[in-house]
Amino acid sequence: MGRTLYDKLWDTHVVRENPDGTVLLYIDRHLIHEVTSPQAFDGLRAANRLPWRLDSILAVPDHNVPTINRERILDPVSRNQLEALDTNVTAYGLDHFPLHDRRQGIVHIIGPEQGFTQPGITIVCGDSHTATHGALAALGFGIGTSDVEHVLATQTLVMRKSRNFRITVDGQLSPGVTAKDVILAIIGRIGTAGATGYTVEYAGEAIRTLSIEGRMTLCNMSIEAGARAGLVAVDEKTIDYLRGRPYSPSGADWEQAVRYWTTLVSDRDAVFDRELTLHADEIAPQVSWGTSPEMVVPVNERVPDPATEVDPVRRQSMEQALRYMDLTPGTAVTDIPLDKVFIGSCTNARIEDLRDAAAIVRGRHVSPVIRQALVVPGSGLVRAQAESEGLDRVFRDAGFEWREPGCSMCLGMNPDQLGPGERCASTSNRNFEGRQGAGGRTHLASPAMVAAAAVHGHFVDVRQFGNNV
Amino acid sequence: MQPFTQHRGLVVPLDRSNVDTDAIIPKQFLKAITRTGYGPFLFDAWRYDDAGGFPGQDCSIRPLNMDFVLNQPRYQGGSVLLARENFGCGSSREHAAWALVDAGFRVIIAESFGEIFHGNAVKNGLLPITLDGETVDALFRACETHPGYTLEVDLSGQQVVPPVGGSVVFEVEPDVRDRLLHGLDDIGLTLEHSDSIRAFEHRRAERFPWLYR
Repeated sequence: MGRTLYDKLWDTHVVRENPDGTVLLYIDRHLIHEVTSPQAFDGLRAANRLPWRLDSILAVPDHNVPTINRERILDPVSRNQLEALDTNVTAYGLDHFPLHDRRQGIVHIIGPEQGFTQPGITIVCGDSHTATHGALAALGFGIGTSDVEHVLATQTLVMRKSRNFRITVDGQLSPGVTAKDVILAIIGRIGTAGATGYTVEYAGEAIRTLSIEGRMTLCNMSIEAGARAGLVAVDEKTIDYLRGRPYSPSGADWEQAVRYWTTLVSDRDAVFDRELTLHADEIAPQVSWGTSPEMVVPVNERVPDPATEVDPVRRQSMEQALRYMDLTPGTAVTDIPLDKVFIGSCTNARIEDLRDAAAIVRGRHVSPVIRQALVVPGSGLVRAQAESEGLDRVFRDAGFEWREPGCSMCLGMNPDQLGPGERCASTSNRNFEGRQGAGGRTHLASPAMVAAAAVHGHFVDVRQFGNNV
Repeated sequence: MQPFTQHRGLVVPLDRSNVDTDAIIPKQFLKAITRTGYGPFLFDAWRYDDAGGFPGQDCSIRPLNMDFVLNQPRYQGGSVLLARENFGCGSSREHAAWALVDAGFRVIIAESFGEIFHGNAVKNGLLPITLDGETVDALFRACETHPGYTLEVDLSGQQVVPPVGGSVVFEVEPDVRDRLLHGLDDIGLTLEHSDSIRAFEHRRAERFPWLYR
């Protein structure tokens, strides 16, 4: 019987099978940031252990960093955590992109950008959005701090294999419909626990048509459907993407690597434990209305009514969400007034995301009802590229703030936050209560949708956003 | 890690599904660099009637949201948390497990768990028990009608024993059961296989030299 891509990635990393059914899985690469690593390094020191393989590690600060006035970190607790990363990096001699390095950025943006993420590897990080790296057919998944320490000390993890789930998106996406809309529609369909226990492989014409960056957006939010890892098979785009990147193989290694990478596809006769097929032409631009990423509707629909929900637990969740979001059932999504917009995060802060948003914004202005409009590039290199294309001018001229790279308002661990009751159109990944700031209200959408919302002060359907909308 | 064999404790019913790790411990507390001290900030946004706490704050002077289950007098001292589907979904922050343990919880019973949280809980001696919807429903009703409702959890026998009525058997993976029962140090166990890891790595470096600089 044929093997799935996930089967292949798994099999090549099994160091040993334990009698209890777990395996010792080898980890090729480890991304480290300031939030989930200090306790792991402390644990290493307490047990008098050393990192197993230094060249497997790349460290970068991202969650806590301010995106403006970075010369001095004012919050002493954040500063302390950033300094702890610097101390550990220096103590062990780790590869590191510090705050002032132009390669610094969000951990899941810089991994692929540097070619540190490659097909066929296992890559982990103390961050659930490590699923992003599956876009390059790498097995990437998030881990807790105890596992960060375990990987540092042993280069392995004790794991149980997930089951295989293939989600196929047939046909072609309509203009204005993006990878973000595809993944939100999938989560809306299967729910936030819909893929728990599975590794998802995304397949089908609509997925193959996506760029590598689009595939990153898609894989990034696999965790929002419960799956620790999401994957897309290797194709020409994967190989083209990796050519010439700083950590990519070169010379004879490149030829050898490409030969191996092209085998990283599911076999024709591979059997998946579960399959789901969606049709691209049924997917409209999505907007989340509630406090879980599964609470999402097409932009041309209305906020749902809990009264129509038969399951009492689900009904209660919907009621709680509507109370928190201060929304009334039946409100048209396009009538929801907004206070702020945020374009950024490991989901949507790559150059193509910024181009999409800039194309909408060009020659227009942020609506006067919007109190703050932020664009936060995912890395210093994305920022430089955008500036070389003049996108920073497009955003600034339209009234956006053009910031330095970091996680920013995706999670409010830094000064970029929503105030209580503020409502934000955001290209990030989680609309949980308080995620973007205590009491803040998040509506998830694509970069183009958020850009259009910034111009109008409320959501509009970007499919109608021609030259005159 | 503290071993887990048996535990009897007061049950705290948190009647919500999809309780995410941002709700369990909000982001501002992730700036600390310790593994302890998160208990007072557990469920911070739901527990306190203010605009949110900050790391190191004295929580004894903060106004409590008395509607929140953890603040109700009848649930003080609870150590078994009862919830609905997908408890601990979202972020990988182990701080969520640290906060629950720090606040005195030893067991979480839910219909299902976020996968990363489940692993983090086990590594901190916090036992996640998955039970079917009907049983969880019955436990919520029992908490509601019987003040001081406790459960006994026996990991070696894989049973949840209510004060009256039959016990409920739960499934637990053998490795999880073993680790919890004996409070094993994962890293120490893995390092017993250092030779296998080194041999594997050597073969891998020959096959994929570009991954080793």
